[in-house]
Amino acid sequence: MTADRTEQSASEAPMEWLSASLAGPLADPATDAGHPHPPERVGFFTDTSVCIGCKACEVACKEWNLVPPTRDEAPDLLGTSFDNTGELSANSWRHVAFVEQRVPAGTGGRPAEAVDLGMPQPPPAERDRAPEAAPGADGGAAEGVRWLMSSDVCKHCTHAACLDVCPTGALFRTEYGTVVVQEDICNGCGYCIPACPYGVIGKREDDGRAFKCTLCYDRLGSGLEPACATACPTDSIQFGPLEELRERANARLERLHEAGTAEARLYGADPGDGVGGAGAFFLLLDEPEVYGLPPDPVVTTRDLPDIWRHAALAAGVAAAAVAAAFLGRR
Amino acid sequence: MTTAPPTARTGAQPRDRDTADVSGSRSYYGRPILKEPTWLVPDVPGYLFLGGMAGASASLAALADLEGRPELAARGRYAAAGGALASVGLLIHDLGRPERFLHMLRVIKPTSPLSVGTWILGPFTALSCAAAASDATGIWRPAGRLAGLAAGLLGPAMSTYTAALLTDTAVPAWHEARAELPFVFAGSALTSGAGAALLLNPPERAAPARRLALIGAGLELGATRLVTRRLGLVGEPYRTGRPGRLLRTAEVLTAGAAGLLAVAGRRRWAAAAAGAALLAAGACTRFGVFEAGRVSARDPKYVVAPQRARLAARAEAARREADGAAPGAAGAPAGPG
Repeated sequence: MTADRTEQSASEAPMEWLSASLAGPLADPATDAGHPHPPERVGFFTDTSVCIGCKACEVACKEWNLVPPTRDEAPDLLGTSFDNTGELSANSWRHVAFVEQRVPAGTGGRPAEAVDLGMPQPPPAERDRAPEAAPGADGGAAEGVRWLMSSDVCKHCTHAACLDVCPTGALFRTEYGTVVVQEDICNGCGYCIPACPYGVIGKREDDGRAFKCTLCYDRLGSGLEPACATACPTDSIQFGPLEELRERANARLERLHEAGTAEARLYGADPGDGVGGAGAFFLLLDEPEVYGLPPDPVVTTRDLPDIWRHAALAAGVAAAAVAAAFLGRR
Repeated sequence: MTTAPPTARTGAQPRDRDTADVSGSRSYYGRPILKEPTWLVPDVPGYLFLGGMAGASASLAALADLEGRPELAARGRYAAAGGALASVGLLIHDLGRPERFLHMLRVIKPTSPLSVGTWILGPFTALSCAAAASDATGIWRPAGRLAGLAAGLLGPAMSTYTAALLTDTAVPAWHEARAELPFVFAGSALTSGAGAALLLNPPERAAPARRLALIGAGLELGATRLVTRRLGLVGEPYRTGRPGRLLRTAEVLTAGAAGLLAVAGRRRWAAAAAGAALLAAGACTRFGVFEAGRVSARDPKYVVAPQRARLAARAEAARREADGAAPGAAGAPAGPG
């Protein structure tokens, strides 16, 4: 059986055997990577609808993983929002995005019946003006503000481009189905960096190597949750077995839709998507690109058979061209 | 209760500065989605150029050897060895941890064009240096010839695997050009190899190099045109700004050199000028393609717009399929019931 398959793939489609594990749904990436009896695949479900933008995740991650300052200089204000981290990078493995949107008054994505938490209130004049105005009637006068906050992280893709293109084997699939860089192997070639469809992994300039979220591989081994999930005060970051997280996310989405939050959507939860489903997925309240996420990411190595085919064809043309140059008069 | 989602793009007011439209698509403060390649300039584009030149030179040398043109063969081997050694040096210098370059040899991964490339570049460099050294010293000539022939066989792979290296990334301008870029690189490598041969040989010995230059020029110009024209928005970086200028310069130099060779290729000065122009064109092509990738990774619109279009097309296809599958709608023309 195995021999048959090998023979067939060798003769008919040189890379069919490979393409199966390059893209598409894959039940268990750890087994696919050669772990004989892996534990359950784990991941993150980041429910941005309850994120309060406190950045405890960013701090906990830096503390636990000894991640150096985001920038070398003194704190650099980006001047766009409360977000001065800006992006995921070698020195930022969690990144809290802040998006401030003007919306028609009364449609701030808040629950219909607000619960009084005893927080300081705006002066009565303002309070009276905002919430009850006709929503979106003229789109001009009646306006409110809605905040979107989201803690971004490495997606630990089912099909991880960074891992696929790494020429040293420094990036590997752990028994938990996550993707980790072995820092003693990485030689700083930088190939993983433009390969990631989410722009997650980066190069630490003063070090030369590539770094990213490990999903706290060291803590998992000791039965602990990753630092960010542990620190999150609202359970916006949930850690657990991926299957369970997906069920929980679907239930949450349903509840939000019932409550009238029609714009809620899951991002990265579908095993049929371009990366075979993300190990870290999200519940978003707007289009992914608003949070700096690609709307339809695809693992670059999905097209690897096509890429090698064209490179081989072009090499054949080059060889033929050199041969042709020797035809004719001396 | 929530009427139209407050995020709809059709809002009467201009969007907030924070999520403002970036050339038709939304983004997070206009920040890049992808990470720009951190590969050094001139190291990596220089390596793309010299590696291609070396590959074509080795193949040219191998056939020259088989055809009984020892002079043309020897010069080709020198060019191949020099280009390969320089490539290896540039690649190692580009590493974040150069002292760990041997980590490349831990594994062979077909999913990593850089791994495959290492296993092409390494043997190629060893073989072409052995061939050149044997030529220069006269030691072990049969072994040197054999090494030269083997390097010649690897030559075409040397000149196109670098295209796989770039296209196997998420960078839109590179990834979406995966069908054309190998042919651009093949043509560019052939003209560079021919250019080196034209510079290093007198015209009476360089007839195959002249023909190779013309064939390569045709291939490069045609494939470059496809890349710049076929890709639409994603191909914009190839047409505009610095990469656009570099690629246009390459086109002019290549076409000029081909024309010069066609009318005056047997004159020493013309052959030398054409050879230099072809090498310059090769460098411009590789730097231009590399720069286009950096521009493409920097601007989120090149990521968002094509992916949005893809999603829309998929939704449309799904809708059609649902319409087609609906009972009673089988023969009816598509359209809202």
